[in-house]
Amino acid sequence: MRKFYTLLSREVRGYFHSPIAYIVLIFFLIVSGIDFYFQVSFMNQRQVQYTVQEAFFNSVFFWFAFVLIFPLITMRLFAEEFKLGTIEPLTTVPVRDWQVVLAKFFGALVFYVILWIPTLLYFAIFLKVTNEPAAHSAGAYAGSYLMLLLLGMFYLSIGCLTSVLTRNQIIAAIISFCAITLLFFLGLVQFILLDVSSETRDLLGYFSAIEHMGTFSRGVIDTRPIVLYVSMTIVMLTLTHQAFQSRKWRL
Amino acid sequence: MGFRAQRCGQTTTMRILASFMPPTSGRATIAGFDVFEQSLQARAHLGYMPENVPLYSDMRVTEYLRYRAALKGVQHRRVTERVGDVKELCGLKSVENKLIGALSKGYRQRVGLADALLAEPDLLILDEPTIGLDPNQIRQVRELIKNLGDQHTILLSTHILPEVEMTCSRVIIIHKGRIEACDTPENLLGKIRQAGGVVLEAKVGKDNGADELKKISGVREVITDGQDDWKRFSLRVESGVDVREEVFRLATERHWSLRELSQRRATLEDVFVEITHSDAV
Repeated sequence: MRKFYTLLSREVRGYFHSPIAYIVLIFFLIVSGIDFYFQVSFMNQRQVQYTVQEAFFNSVFFWFAFVLIFPLITMRLFAEEFKLGTIEPLTTVPVRDWQVVLAKFFGALVFYVILWIPTLLYFAIFLKVTNEPAAHSAGAYAGSYLMLLLLGMFYLSIGCLTSVLTRNQIIAAIISFCAITLLFFLGLVQFILLDVSSETRDLLGYFSAIEHMGTFSRGVIDTRPIVLYVSMTIVMLTLTHQAFQSRKWRL
Repeated sequence: MGFRAQRCGQTTTMRILASFMPPTSGRATIAGFDVFEQSLQARAHLGYMPENVPLYSDMRVTEYLRYRAALKGVQHRRVTERVGDVKELCGLKSVENKLIGALSKGYRQRVGLADALLAEPDLLILDEPTIGLDPNQIRQVRELIKNLGDQHTILLSTHILPEVEMTCSRVIIIHKGRIEACDTPENLLGKIRQAGGVVLEAKVGKDNGADELKKISGVREVITDGQDDWKRFSLRVESGVDVREEVFRLATERHWSLRELSQRRATLEDVFVEITHSDAV
């Protein structure tokens, strides 16, 4: 456990030792800040059926920034170690491969959570300025952030897998970006392909991150997406572990 | 123990021992643990310094060593003590708070060595520990390795043969992936056919120096050099025979002027050339 914690703290600190972390943080805060501003000013102009908080988590702006951050967070995880050769001292000390894989995954997850913390401020400021809460209930906040965590886990684990497959960070980023975007838009296929049967549409709907977010941000906690994302994360991490072990045979 | 090899698998051998690569055949054990089947236990007995010493350039020296100590399972209350010890031993005190990325090659090498020593391993594996260092740094690192030899078993690879003679108690010569020799440096030197020789520089006048010198018992071959009056003779002699006295007597008899008469010791370089050359022919 101490070794895992040591690896984890090295990963998290590694983010803040590199300029990439700050660039991602700033980029993300700018985009989400603009998103929030637009939603609020839009609502000032006309009557709508949803709350600020719902609008914030379901806008195009939000999704655009959302799919872009995962490749940036995960591309360096393994690829950089392979490139610099630091994988050699790392794997010749008595630590297990799964400890390394989990430490890298949770390191990325910690950074991802840190990324989201400032957005809580938006709602606090909104409450202070307007004297009105941005959401119907506390459950809506909890649902939104829980969904963010679930989606984050899944997409970060995809990023882990692509990073372990190559020693080139750019390749890792491009592959994970494509994979995440495709998965993300899978849910939109039901609106594009009009001639598919309703069963196919329903099936695709189960994978729709947009729909999941819509449900959760209203405060409805559905267990199906939870099971989907947690199990998919485990699958991805298992594959990452397998791919990481295969390095011995690929050298 | 030392290695001498050229593109024939010394790094591979070391990587297999360090559990970084699996052996394609055969097995290796460290402290009784198989490096593949019981890799974790084997790694616990090992301090490994890879070739070119890859390090995290964004960490500071002390920070890095503390991190490595924790990974190697050094007890928590002993970490500070051990990190202090290896910094002292490897002369890293003056750079302890510097970023590793800002260190010179020599200091990076020492950080790698300090890292290998952290957990007081039974076996130290050093892949080319002095490559890329300046002569002063090489001398310091060699001195360090020599002192460490008292407490640890050290397996090191190098292309610099005088280094082996200075630091190692056993030598393995690998050529084209095969172990060609494995012995102490002294025994290896004794084994080769041309166990040294005598070098002589003299003005021999009208005499044919080479023919005269060949008559001395124990001399096998004479090679003559030099165009002017001063001739340089290299004598190959049978091992264990010192012909210098005979040569001197001959020179005084013939009234040769002598300006050099010395015995040349065979080096590991001769051993290496002989072993690998005879293989190639």
